[in-house]
Amino acid sequence: MPVMSYREALTDAYRLAMRKDPRVCILGEDVAGGAGASGQRNIGGIFGPWPDFLPEFGEQRMIDTPISESAIVGTAVGAALCGLRPVAEIMFSDFLGLCLDQIWNQAAKFRYMFGGQTHCPVVIRVNTGAGMSAGSQHSQTGYGMMTNIPGLKVVVPASAADVKGLVMTAIDDPDPVIIFDHKALFTDKGEVPEGEFYLPFGEAELVREGDDCTIVAISRMVKFSQKAADALEKDGITVDLVNPRTLSPLDEETILESVEHTGRLVVVDESNPRCSAATDIAALVASKGFASLKAPIELVTAPHTPPPFAPNLERAYLPGPKDIEAAVRRTLKGRTT
Amino acid sequence: MSQPLSAEQLLGAWRRMVTIREFEERLHREMPKGMIPGFTHLYSGQEAVAVGVCDTLELDDVIVSTHRGHGHCLAKGCEVKPMMQEIYGRAGGLCGGKGGSMHIADFSKGMLGANGIVGGGPPLATGAALAFRNLGNRRVSVSFGGDGSSNQGTVLEAMNMAVVLKVPTLFVYENNGYSENTAAEYAIGAKDLAERCAAFGMPAETGDGTDFFDVYERTQRAVERARNGEGPSSLVFTCTRFFGHFEGDPQKYRAADEVETFRQTMDCLRKFRERVTAEGWLEESALQQVHEEVLALIEEAVEEAMAAPLPDLSTLTTDVYTSY
Ligand SMILES: Cc1ncc(C[n+]2csc(CCOP(=O)(O)OP(=O)(O)O)c2C)c(N)n1
Ligand SMILES: [Mg+2]
Repeated sequence: MPVMSYREALTDAYRLAMRKDPRVCILGEDVAGGAGASGQRNIGGIFGPWPDFLPEFGEQRMIDTPISESAIVGTAVGAALCGLRPVAEIMFSDFLGLCLDQIWNQAAKFRYMFGGQTHCPVVIRVNTGAGMSAGSQHSQTGYGMMTNIPGLKVVVPASAADVKGLVMTAIDDPDPVIIFDHKALFTDKGEVPEGEFYLPFGEAELVREGDDCTIVAISRMVKFSQKAADALEKDGITVDLVNPRTLSPLDEETILESVEHTGRLVVVDESNPRCSAATDIAALVASKGFASLKAPIELVTAPHTPPPFAPNLERAYLPGPKDIEAAVRRTLKGRTT
Repeated sequence: MSQPLSAEQLLGAWRRMVTIREFEERLHREMPKGMIPGFTHLYSGQEAVAVGVCDTLELDDVIVSTHRGHGHCLAKGCEVKPMMQEIYGRAGGLCGGKGGSMHIADFSKGMLGANGIVGGGPPLATGAALAFRNLGNRRVSVSFGGDGSSNQGTVLEAMNMAVVLKVPTLFVYENNGYSENTAAEYAIGAKDLAERCAAFGMPAETGDGTDFFDVYERTQRAVERARNGEGPSSLVFTCTRFFGHFEGDPQKYRAADEVETFRQTMDCLRKFRERVTAEGWLEESALQQVHEEVLALIEEAVEEAMAAPLPDLSTLTTDVYTSY
């Protein structure tokens, strides 16, 4: 299987989707780049995911927009209602605040509110996450808030393969989908199937199997949890590591089955803790898997603060492998079975 | 022409413009060394706008800035050393290292914050002006924004709101030709930005952002109107940035010789220097002396910032309501 980076997987997935379906187009700030400028056109996107998309797909499908997040998403949503399969790119997930209405009150509601008359096949792609000292307004996640919205599908790829399979599924999906691509994962490499490749929504990946504890980790935290699991294994502690891949729909079954097997749960999310994906997953297990639990559920998250700028503060803000390892050990304290 | 400002004022303006220029040129050289975290957007080339605008303001007038905020901060009176420490993520920074380059603020100087959200600022400046109106003082607010920001819905809403409420605020647009790598020419459908601002029902004019005197005079008139309760104005200043959008931007979207040409033809510092010496308002030697003082200060600021203590980890959870 070819090995490619998370960014290359993005390129591969969107390119294939655009080749396959002429209705697919990408709208956003500087997506093709250099519009009207004195030098080169076709810069290839802000984090570089669209190299040579402009020459291949043309200006009608690689659409450079003004800085107008609300109109970017709204335009994509309107076009989705009338026959296109648009992808709206919002450069940082922190900017979702500017276009929230078009997501929350418009796209996500149409199928239901209009009595099933329409679908809204729009994809919103955002770059997300901390770890680059990008400060309080360029480091947040936001998928927790989005998961709170009925009618919206929420995708959190943790690997290059996830990116490819989930993007291709998202573009084919008849409902609005928001995809959070973690910007600190862009250069991470992994095996990615060649050609068209679809990962179904609502099916978690069991990244690693073990007996003592279940870790459910989101996005970049899957990688950190792998490190924690490696360290724990040296002490004979083995874990199930679950990567949900999509938060909405959420694969409840895989999580509950795993906890049934291990009896313990650690949820890892770099987002702020309140009303988050982490608390949602904890609540799921507390309500539907209580009988399996042998220890209190542990949450490993950022503190309930904005992401700070200084690198030492940001490192303290972000959950790390050591925090995850410690949480697993806490669930095992005084265990008898 | 008669001397528009006292020699002391002119020398002050020069000091602030040179400080911004050298601050940014130094950061540009320091960035590749890897000690400056995060995203940094330099202001070199646009100094006459920040200083020309802020020199018309009083200490208790307020400004709201952008992601490209170093120039606005320095022009409004933020100190070089704590600014530098903020950019280096140190405890002694203006925001204790929590903000960084994109979020420098100094409320004691009427600098209400650089802003990482394009279009985040203008509604805040409108609100500041509402406070001044209702409190019955004669203070004014200014929001800075780029050409790109003028297309953001929040900005358009703020302009209309300011006109409706007739509050003492100025919308200052620095048209440096680009938002990231997209040309203003492409992204602003109306082409003439000032005309679009005027359509909101306020006076709006375009000035030369590379000419300190032009910026100063136009802003002074708009500030006067605002102080007199005549409502908001918009000012569009044409200028250029000498560096990339952010540090590390390869700038392929700019013609090969564009920056070099602009450095020759659109350098606001050179224009200022030539003007004040040709008119006999300031001596070359005085300008030179200030320049040297500035360089020494920046040298010290960088050295101190690099050696300065990091924020204490306990500050991660201070300044926020938290109990988790
Ligand atoms: C809401 C929002 N959208 C997009 C961005 C990304 N971004 C940062 S600066 C910038 C361009 C701003 O252009 P302009 O307003 O002309 O200011 P300049 O950079 O030229 O100073 C963009 C798109 C952002 N920070 N915030
Ligand atoms: Mg600009």
